[in-house]
Amino acid sequence: MYAQMVKSTGKALLSREEMSPQERAFQDRIDQGEKIEPKDWMPEGYRKNLIRQIGQHAHSEIVGQLPEGNWITRAPTLERKANLLAKVQDEAGHGLYLYCAAETLGVSRDQLFEMLHTGKMKYSSIFNYPTLTWADMGAVGWLVDGAAIMNQVPLQRTSYGPYARAMVRICKEESFHQRQGFQIMLTMANGTEDQKRMAQDALNRFWYPALMMFGPSDKDSVHSAQSMAWKIKMNTNDELRQKFVDETVPQAEFLGLTVPDEHLTWNEDTGHYDYSEPDWNEFFDVISGNGPCNTERLEARKMAWDDGAWVREGMLAHARKSQARKAAAE
Amino acid sequence: MTEALFEFLLRQGDNSLVLGHRVSEWCGVAPALEEDIALANTALDLIGQTRLWLEYAAEVEGKGRSADDLAFLRDAYDFRNMLLVELPNKDFGQTLMRQFLFDAFQVPWLTALKSSSDQHIADIASKSLQEALYHLERSRDTVIALGDGTKESNARMQEALDRLWPYAGEVFRDDEIDIAMAKKHIAPRPSEIRQTWDATLKETFEAAYLTLSEDRFAHSGGRTGQRHTEHLGHMLATMQVLQRSYPGATW
Amino acid sequence: MSKKTDSTENAHNTSGQDEWPLWEIFIRGQHGMSHRHVGSLHAADSEHAIKNARDVYTRRNEGVSIWVVRASDIAASSPSDKGPLFDPSRDKIYRHPTFYDLPDEAGNM
Repeated sequence: MYAQMVKSTGKALLSREEMSPQERAFQDRIDQGEKIEPKDWMPEGYRKNLIRQIGQHAHSEIVGQLPEGNWITRAPTLERKANLLAKVQDEAGHGLYLYCAAETLGVSRDQLFEMLHTGKMKYSSIFNYPTLTWADMGAVGWLVDGAAIMNQVPLQRTSYGPYARAMVRICKEESFHQRQGFQIMLTMANGTEDQKRMAQDALNRFWYPALMMFGPSDKDSVHSAQSMAWKIKMNTNDELRQKFVDETVPQAEFLGLTVPDEHLTWNEDTGHYDYSEPDWNEFFDVISGNGPCNTERLEARKMAWDDGAWVREGMLAHARKSQARKAAAE
Repeated sequence: MTEALFEFLLRQGDNSLVLGHRVSEWCGVAPALEEDIALANTALDLIGQTRLWLEYAAEVEGKGRSADDLAFLRDAYDFRNMLLVELPNKDFGQTLMRQFLFDAFQVPWLTALKSSSDQHIADIASKSLQEALYHLERSRDTVIALGDGTKESNARMQEALDRLWPYAGEVFRDDEIDIAMAKKHIAPRPSEIRQTWDATLKETFEAAYLTLSEDRFAHSGGRTGQRHTEHLGHMLATMQVLQRSYPGATW
Repeated sequence: MSKKTDSTENAHNTSGQDEWPLWEIFIRGQHGMSHRHVGSLHAADSEHAIKNARDVYTRRNEGVSIWVVRASDIAASSPSDKGPLFDPSRDKIYRHPTFYDLPDEAGNM
């Protein structure tokens, strides 16, 4: 999902016999549904995995501000402008909560930014796609937030306390995001011929990238088992992808739009839709830096960071001076 | 009279609209996440205020236009915002300095408008004042922090002040609209606010180690719409693109 | 910033010299409840932290009062003390109202 390419640092899943007593006790706590808290003992692999996963999730939130931020200044009404700005602002907030959760694991926010800027840490592939028309604001809210919610709702039960608590807050705040997007789609799909075209075009461009958000197929995703045993991953990629397809297809029908998949059919036997896999070569291209917007997205983040250095330094210098003045006056 | 009131309301609404738009340009690229979120709050407040002012303006005009029509279907020469708010963001320092110069006016101005003889204006002012008070607290503290901070931040804030100063005084030049409003006790003359504004600036810039120019020259032409800067047209080209490109569509 | 061992959940924070310190944020909501921990953020000093908390954690009208505490100033119990600290209260069930079985006729109490 927002952490779609997290590789477990642990090797294969350990059996109980292979675990040390400490590891066994740790696994027991997780199995009993206890939350792991920052100062508790934890296997190094658990800690490292979490840092990567929460970090990627946080990076995805703040890089995710950019494609939607692209339309804030062009929103077509005052109300839409306010809604979109509030939504993108929420994403900054969610990034902030997640960075704080990661910080409890012994990494600073600046270090995490550094890893984003140098490409050591990734963010979700979806944000490397461009937003080209206003209908994309609808499609992103409806599909991208829709896909994100599928992943985030179960993560509220994840084993790591600070992460779970951040997810609770995020899910509470996100409830309006998908609705906002769907409402834009609805308005466009019922609008003028131009607007209908834009709506269909947005669905065409975002359908497969949205499916990719869940990460590679389970059969190619060797590291899930450990993450699932640790309850930092709650469902498999394919489970969530199927759930997403099942929920989204009827919504597309309601909008009168066509999902760009000629093999899409309802399967009576399974009770699910059969659908075409996204082009996984494209996915790996995007992940490895060759998506349509990778360069711009990273440039924008780095520029914001570099241009803001004097501000962060200035504020801190002032705080230290005031402190010193106060101390001198006492 | 209706025409003067309409103009007056456009001045309020356009200030909020144009500044709100400028501030919203920071979303996603501010110097820190906390500042990003704070700037978006300011922009959201200003967009909210815009709706109140322009809805009332549209009602007073009585030609069946909506607030959105006024925001998205007027050209630059029909805008009535002060020049200061349409200037580009440049760096964070200029953005916050512009915000401070505006907030330092807006607080006493809205305070005065709370006793407007026009109840609708008094109501909008009461609501907006709460927001403006917080904006001023935040922009003033940031100006002070960055003025005091490092050598570089001080230099940048001084540069911002020098750059913006010639645009700050426009609002205090009373014209016939202001005089008409004052006669009806709808609003004070803006020049009456100057003393309070000057005092806020003096106190703030002293704490910020910034030097205020003695020069009282002020560009004008925004509030009257007679001569905006070149920047406004570009901003409107962006802001209005969908409404202009697809006339009559519902969004 | 120095690394403190007896600190909050953010104890491991190893932020550098130039990073704004981390603050823990407590907010009291509308309903007269105690201040509750809502999360953390970065700010240059306490006043800045209060303003940031207002902007970050009260966007949906959640609060009427804000406390901020530097994360490194919080002293916390250590997990290994969990037994001695909390177990003694576990068997004091007489502190809980349900311990006292009263006849229904006595009414609500």
